Amino acid sequence: MLQFAWLIPVLPLLGFLCISFFQKQLPGKSAGIIGSLTVLGSFIISCGLFFHPASGGTEPVTITYFDWINVGSLKIPISFLIDPISCVMLLIITGIGFLIHVYSIGYMAHDDAFGRFFSYLNLFIFFMLILVLGSNYVLMFAGWEGVGLCSYLLIGFWFKNNEYNNAANKAFIMNRIGDLGFLLGIILMFVTFGSVQFSEVFSAAKGFPDNQTTIVAITMLLFVGAMGKSAQIPLYTWLPDAMAGPTPVSALIHAATMVTAGIYMVVRSNILYSIAPSTLEFITIVGMATAIFSATIALAQTDIKKVLAYSTLSQLGYMFVALGLGAYSTGLFHVTTHAFFKALLFLAAGSVIHAMSGEQDIRRMGGLRKKLPVTYFVFLIGTLAISGVPPFAGFFSKDEILAKAHMHSELLFFLLSVTSVITAVYMFRLLFLTFFGTFRGTHDQAHHLHESPAVITIPLIILAILSTLGGFLGLPAVFTEHHLFGNFLAPVLSTPAITSLAEPSHFFEYMLMGISVVALALIIYMTYDRFAKKEMVPSLSEAEFKPWYRVLYHKYYIDELYDKVFVKPLYWLSDVCYKIFDIKIVDGVVNLVGKGVVRGSEVVRLAQAGSVGIYIFAMVIGIIIMLVVNLY
Amino acid sequence: MLSVLIFFPFVAALATLIAKENAKRVALGATVIEFALSVWMAMQFNPQGGTQFMVDYWWVPSLGISFKVGMDGISMLLVLLTTFLVPIIILSSFSILKSKISNLPLFYSLILFMQMALVGVFVALDGFLFYIFWELALIPIYLICLMWGGKDRIRITIKFFIYTLVGSLFMLVGLIYLYLQTPGTHTFDIQAFYNLHLSASEQGILFWAFFLAFAIKMPVFPFHTWQPDTYTDAPTPGTMLLSGIMLKMGIYGVIRWLLPVVPMGVNEWGTTAIVLSVIGVVYASCIALVQKDFKRLIAYSSIAHVGLISAGIFSLNLQGMQGGMIQMLSHGINVVGMFFIADIIMSRTNTRNLNELGGIRNVAPTFATYFVIILLASVALPLTNGFIGEFLLINGLYQYNAWMAAVAGLTIILGAVYMLVAYKKITLGEKNKLTETFTDLTSHEKIVMIPLVIMIFAIGIYPKPFLDIAEPSVQNLLNIIHGTILK
Repeated sequence: MLQFAWLIPVLPLLGFLCISFFQKQLPGKSAGIIGSLTVLGSFIISCGLFFHPASGGTEPVTITYFDWINVGSLKIPISFLIDPISCVMLLIITGIGFLIHVYSIGYMAHDDAFGRFFSYLNLFIFFMLILVLGSNYVLMFAGWEGVGLCSYLLIGFWFKNNEYNNAANKAFIMNRIGDLGFLLGIILMFVTFGSVQFSEVFSAAKGFPDNQTTIVAITMLLFVGAMGKSAQIPLYTWLPDAMAGPTPVSALIHAATMVTAGIYMVVRSNILYSIAPSTLEFITIVGMATAIFSATIALAQTDIKKVLAYSTLSQLGYMFVALGLGAYSTGLFHVTTHAFFKALLFLAAGSVIHAMSGEQDIRRMGGLRKKLPVTYFVFLIGTLAISGVPPFAGFFSKDEILAKAHMHSELLFFLLSVTSVITAVYMFRLLFLTFFGTFRGTHDQAHHLHESPAVITIPLIILAILSTLGGFLGLPAVFTEHHLFGNFLAPVLSTPAITSLAEPSHFFEYMLMGISVVALALIIYMTYDRFAKKEMVPSLSEAEFKPWYRVLYHKYYIDELYDKVFVKPLYWLSDVCYKIFDIKIVDGVVNLVGKGVVRGSEVVRLAQAGSVGIYIFAMVIGIIIMLVVNLY
Repeated sequence: MLSVLIFFPFVAALATLIAKENAKRVALGATVIEFALSVWMAMQFNPQGGTQFMVDYWWVPSLGISFKVGMDGISMLLVLLTTFLVPIIILSSFSILKSKISNLPLFYSLILFMQMALVGVFVALDGFLFYIFWELALIPIYLICLMWGGKDRIRITIKFFIYTLVGSLFMLVGLIYLYLQTPGTHTFDIQAFYNLHLSASEQGILFWAFFLAFAIKMPVFPFHTWQPDTYTDAPTPGTMLLSGIMLKMGIYGVIRWLLPVVPMGVNEWGTTAIVLSVIGVVYASCIALVQKDFKRLIAYSSIAHVGLISAGIFSLNLQGMQGGMIQMLSHGINVVGMFFIADIIMSRTNTRNLNELGGIRNVAPTFATYFVIILLASVALPLTNGFIGEFLLINGLYQYNAWMAAVAGLTIILGAVYMLVAYKKITLGEKNKLTETFTDLTSHEKIVMIPLVIMIFAIGIYPKPFLDIAEPSVQNLLNIIHGTILK
């Protein structure tokens, strides 16, 4: 099976090339079919790898193909690393990727640029697979930047709309800020360890003591990259804007896969992070802040995709908290379950938007459950899963993070619980406003309301099943001794000294479950009462908002703040550099030197100007001087 | 063999003058042959074999001047760049020049003449010969700018001419000084220059004599003010020659005629050079942000890219140097592509003002695709040529000083900002009156683009052949430099 590993990324690449070169010749839906089949092929090979002994963990396998960048001691081959971490990521990317490709065949059916969409989607899968397969940091970085490119291309997919184009630019540029950190981290790593190859770096790092400055610097710089890609404070503002892209893109790139690249990177580098507890502490704080901050914003959003976007931010924050606590497998577990239920929620939202003829504002929806029964049902499952209702997938992964946080710090546990409550509130608010109550859209929209075709609903149902059962991959210790997910990953993960190994007591686990079930029931009742029964829909006019609501609605005015603090001053500075410094001063000096020389030479020039008057005048003066000299 | 490579373009230049209507075909044919010849030589070339294809005749024995040329890996890459780009530049001019240029035979003959001088600069191993080729390269480009440039061409071209000429006069003084220091009957042989044992203070002064000449040519901040005007005003083939190849003369000069000749001077002033280069990177990137004229924007972005190359090379380590070598190729390819894009826009809409354009992708998707590919290469996306160069350069610079690398690294952010904003303003959004009639790439324009795009990915995915050609020579030079500093 290993000899086919190279096909995993190459198949989608071929799909990309094939679709983009023959876009015009490809009839009907064939671009979508080619795109889906290539990803299916990758999925099948990934499954093969998953059952291969190499992924069992004892001996990770590195397959080297050819030299990429070789300069002196810097050796960067194109080579893949197959181990439990990459296998888990491969399955998520190709599995969910395949479902979303199939869904897109239905969703994008009426778009003029159907072929272009699939070519980008395939290119994205290619880069994402390179990201998780690469056996060194530079190759990972190549995938890292590549997925950023695809994200840019897909956010700005409908390029006639300049607002979308701005969102695309913003995403790319913010990611670039993170990438600079990442790149410097890689270089510092090369300078420190003399290699960027995972295996060599990690074995060299084992000799370092905890919190050694260089290691902290490397891990921090790498994490800057993760803050960009996984949209953590302060580099998160691009992700909500990224919702400008078509909905399958939001599901695939901006929820399930690309934005979790930062988590993958930290898990991959767990050996480095484990010996840098300060960085871990920092990651916990950033993750926690992002989790609670964006959850509050989600409370007041009225665009169905924006709510989900902020919820993604919040969940990513959760994952980073887990990583910060040294619970790497828990983080990756949440990546997995999140991929299931968030992809599901986005795709279901897409189905709603599709049915509503493009409408995304939940204030204009309502009562959709009768017209869209399947969509409603799967959205409900997604909501239950993300809110952490047992036994849906989100419950187990979230419960695991809460338990780990409890062992670490009461405050952290408290904040995470609050976030969890807020999550349930905005998710049920979204659910009830969209699917319950009465229909608030236009007459035309009501007329067109219809359930989506099978090509859309089947992927939804599969994801719903995964969101329901996915959690059983990692049952807590209360139920079983075999944490399938954790055990699978255990061989390649390390444990930092700060992580307490003690398992939470069974009593605590039961209590946690009990309390969360009661709290959730209460939230569901209250939101149902408010948004479904009494139909307290947020006002369409901003003037009627309460002040706190307005602040949340405007996302704490962070975009405006960034504009004032970073963007405007940069342009102002550039303008000054150009109009004053460059033209007046630097060029001014050059011209002044030039003029000086010209003035000087004008004097000399008189001697050769051919003016008889001056010659005669000079001659007369000369004669007089000679006479005067001779006289004495 | 090498003499043929140098003087074949000269013969072709004469032939072009006679050819009249067929001038462009003769020129294209000749440069393609020249390219084939250089590729054939590259295949004979043994990277480990030091300087090869050596030709050494006495030219003016009484003054110790000889016609001594030869190629090591560094020269080989730059010669390949020259012979690769010149036919593309000539081909690109076919569509550009239809109406604008009278006297085509002279135009092409000047380009060919310039190619001779450029190849000569990259292979000369005698100081005087190097200087002659260096100045010979200036004359045709000066005439091209002067005769076929834009409105303000006379003032701008004269400024450019005087500025670079003054720079090279400093170099001439430096060369003569070195010549006078050589033992016995004096010589301009580069090997003799390498073997000189000059005092640190002499080397300090000589450093500036050479550095000024090279810094103006590249250009490095703050010697850059001739460049945006000249690049903007010159006819596009001229701009391509200047930015694609001619500025590499400056960088090549640093590598061959500055670092190993006055290593102690470099030791003393290298940091200054790096600081200036790094300032230039950020400074020019910022200025590019606020440009409205697309050609001018590319001109400033070129200053930023070249600043990074210069900083990497002055870091004096293998990664920085090799990054510089690869980035010289990449920059040459990308900047020619970018200027070609700018010219296509100009010729179809009659404007280069970003604010007047928009929506071209609606009507010319193929054009937009090529534009994006060249843009990605120039913002150094991995798997394109730009990444290999910038990664190695920043890496090399980091080994010299981490903070410098961090500041210079801002180019990957700022570069993305100005390029993406420009791309958005030109091609995205709704089409307008100016752009609705924009025709997509003609097959002829595609023929120009395709080799560039192939090279973008070839170097980006498999840079090994290029790195391998240069590495032994670069290592050798570094040994000379560090050996002398240590002494």
